[in-house]
Amino acid sequence: MRKTTTLIGVLALASILLAACGGAAPAPTGEPVTIKETVIVTVEVTAEGTGGTEATPVPPPVVAGGERLQAIMDRGTLICGVHGTFQGFGFLDPAGAWTGFDVEFCRAWAAALFNDADAVEFQALSAQDRFTALQSGQVDVLSRNSTWTFTRDGELGLTFGPVTFYDGQAIMARADIVPGPAAGLADLEGANVCVQSGTTTELNLADQFRAAGVSYEPVVFAEQSEAFQAYDEGRCDAITSDRSQLATQGQAVLANFADHVILDLVMSKEPLGPAVAQGDDRLADMVHWVVYGMIQAEELGITSANVDEFLTSEDPVVRRLLGVEGELGSKIGLSNDFIYRTIKLVGNYGEVFERNLAPFGLARGQNDLWTNGGLMYAPPFR
Amino acid sequence: MQITAFWRNVRFLQALGQVVFVLMLALAAGFLYANVSTNLARQGLTVGYDFLTNPASFDIGESYISYEASNSYGRAILVGLVNTLVVSALGIVLTTFVGVIAGIARLSSNWLISRIAAAYVGVIRNTPLIIQLMFWYFGIILQLPAVKEAVALPGPIFLTRRGLYLPGFEATPAFDAWKIYIWVALASLIVIWLIFRWIQNRYDLPPPLWWYSAYLFLPILILWVGFMLQPEPPLKEMIPELAGLNFRGGLRLTPEFAALLFGLVVYTGSFIAEIVRAGIQAISRGQVEAARSLGLTTAQTLRLIIFPQALRVIIPPMTSQYLNLAKNSSLAIAIGYPDLFSIANTVINQTGAVIEVIVIIMLSYLSMSLFTSLLMNIYNSRVRLVER
Repeated sequence: MRKTTTLIGVLALASILLAACGGAAPAPTGEPVTIKETVIVTVEVTAEGTGGTEATPVPPPVVAGGERLQAIMDRGTLICGVHGTFQGFGFLDPAGAWTGFDVEFCRAWAAALFNDADAVEFQALSAQDRFTALQSGQVDVLSRNSTWTFTRDGELGLTFGPVTFYDGQAIMARADIVPGPAAGLADLEGANVCVQSGTTTELNLADQFRAAGVSYEPVVFAEQSEAFQAYDEGRCDAITSDRSQLATQGQAVLANFADHVILDLVMSKEPLGPAVAQGDDRLADMVHWVVYGMIQAEELGITSANVDEFLTSEDPVVRRLLGVEGELGSKIGLSNDFIYRTIKLVGNYGEVFERNLAPFGLARGQNDLWTNGGLMYAPPFR
Repeated sequence: MQITAFWRNVRFLQALGQVVFVLMLALAAGFLYANVSTNLARQGLTVGYDFLTNPASFDIGESYISYEASNSYGRAILVGLVNTLVVSALGIVLTTFVGVIAGIARLSSNWLISRIAAAYVGVIRNTPLIIQLMFWYFGIILQLPAVKEAVALPGPIFLTRRGLYLPGFEATPAFDAWKIYIWVALASLIVIWLIFRWIQNRYDLPPPLWWYSAYLFLPILILWVGFMLQPEPPLKEMIPELAGLNFRGGLRLTPEFAALLFGLVVYTGSFIAEIVRAGIQAISRGQVEAARSLGLTTAQTLRLIIFPQALRVIIPPMTSQYLNLAKNSSLAIAIGYPDLFSIANTVINQTGAVIEVIVIIMLSYLSMSLFTSLLMNIYNSRVRLVER
């Protein structure tokens, strides 16, 4: 008898707990729920601005696909998924500061959204977790050297942003086993190749060797750092990854970078860029146009140092870009001077590249502006 | 007869409690299901196993069944499952030897032996397995010499950081005719077992220990006679030799497999050692003294008196160590061995089918574990004390 009472007591307690958990869950669709909440919103209106201040700030209406952007604005920070251990792209340095090319884009979006480049919460993601994190809403934006592919765009339910870095897969091999940078796959007959799992490189590797009819043995690791360590210890004859990774990680991790050769062979196209979850259209717009703004600013010669001088420019292209004229920003739910903020606080595309990637000896190459023979090209701001 | 109100009826209350519990379980499951399906629908994702037939287009380093990049995802997962089974099965057999020897050594009256065993158990049991695997792989195996400077042992066996190369055998056309001798050799094992059992029943004593060598020598003798009778040898020796960047021919143990197997065997062995020690110490001292006074030697005491009784204590916890070994093999992903979990991870990443593949992984490990426990339970019911 006493046992039964205890059992019922425990059950009752458990059901209360369960009910409490259930209360926080989103209501099933189709069932009308009234939520009463008092929200106090403090809106600071600055008298001086960069232009277009006559119009009273009207909070942008939440349009379809704009829920996520609205949630970010309410939260006050952007949650950005980055690499974490990849120097030059996404790296948490020993001092606890986030650095890298991909990281700077997160700062650029935060600058555009909140006029504060530090309003970002970074989350380090592994290659396997990154898309799941985006799908489940754990991060708002993924900026983690991810290749834009058909499957990821279509099947995984993602929307990729503009390409921020045009990369290509390459192979690095020990200098004593290949004749030189001009070596081909045939020189790697029977080689052991280290590769990271869950990457497009893993697939390209199989495709390329199969097409060339060359036999090899892949050694697959969960983390890029483990793959590099095993390669450095001599487990593999070669390692494959994006050229940018081989150049940066090779210098940062390998015992003696001079003993290794990165082959000229380009094994694939790897357009790297940010991604958001499908359905977050407004957020995708923001991500796109901030990156385009940074490219456009470089084309116009606007840098973080001289952007204030351009505010008085007579050039309508410059005036529209910086929000002095027109209302481009408000069309996508942002402040009109969002590009001005980005350039002022983070810099243009070229500055970000020089700061993060030039120290590793990466040349602009195809990531130069279209006017210099590269692929970086922004649609017009009008 | 006194009629109690139904809310005071113990049986009613017990039944009610169980009904409420089942209802709540169902509610919780329903909530989880609804949550997943709402979120999937919001993302426009569908759940299904169609992807399993699509080409995988990634390569796998080592495989015991034929596989190439153009095979399906389903085949790739199967390769991973077989790799897991191989390393688990070998690991379970080897760790039993290591554990039993270490457990007996722990109780040895020899000071050095018992202290070495105690140190082994103390160190290995109290450090995380993943650290040990990293140590064996990066710290020991990858520090072996490169292929060109391979350590050559007689055999020839080559020790390199690319793996351990052993001479192997390859079947020739004459192999089919030789198969009959393999069957005869296997049958001879059963015959020996039957004879020994008959002796035991007839004389109430097992045959002398050295008779047991018949298990080894008789099959070898039969196979050798068959080998000599064939017009051409049914097996051809394959010697590993340096070709290009690596050795070719013969058997090869990859560094990843070796590190994983070694790490699992050493780690689980330390737990089994403690189980064996506890099992032996559970036998009362009087049993040993009685055996001694009957004139049994130490080895006979161990084999005939202590072990049969200790097994009853040892088998149930041993089963959970076997299950742990199989499940711990999923740490292989850290050192690059393509086990089930590692390959399933790649598949998840290439297809985005997270839920489906996780279900496959869970069902695979679950059925492996259930099968192992089933075998161990059958064995356990045979050795346990028969109560009358």
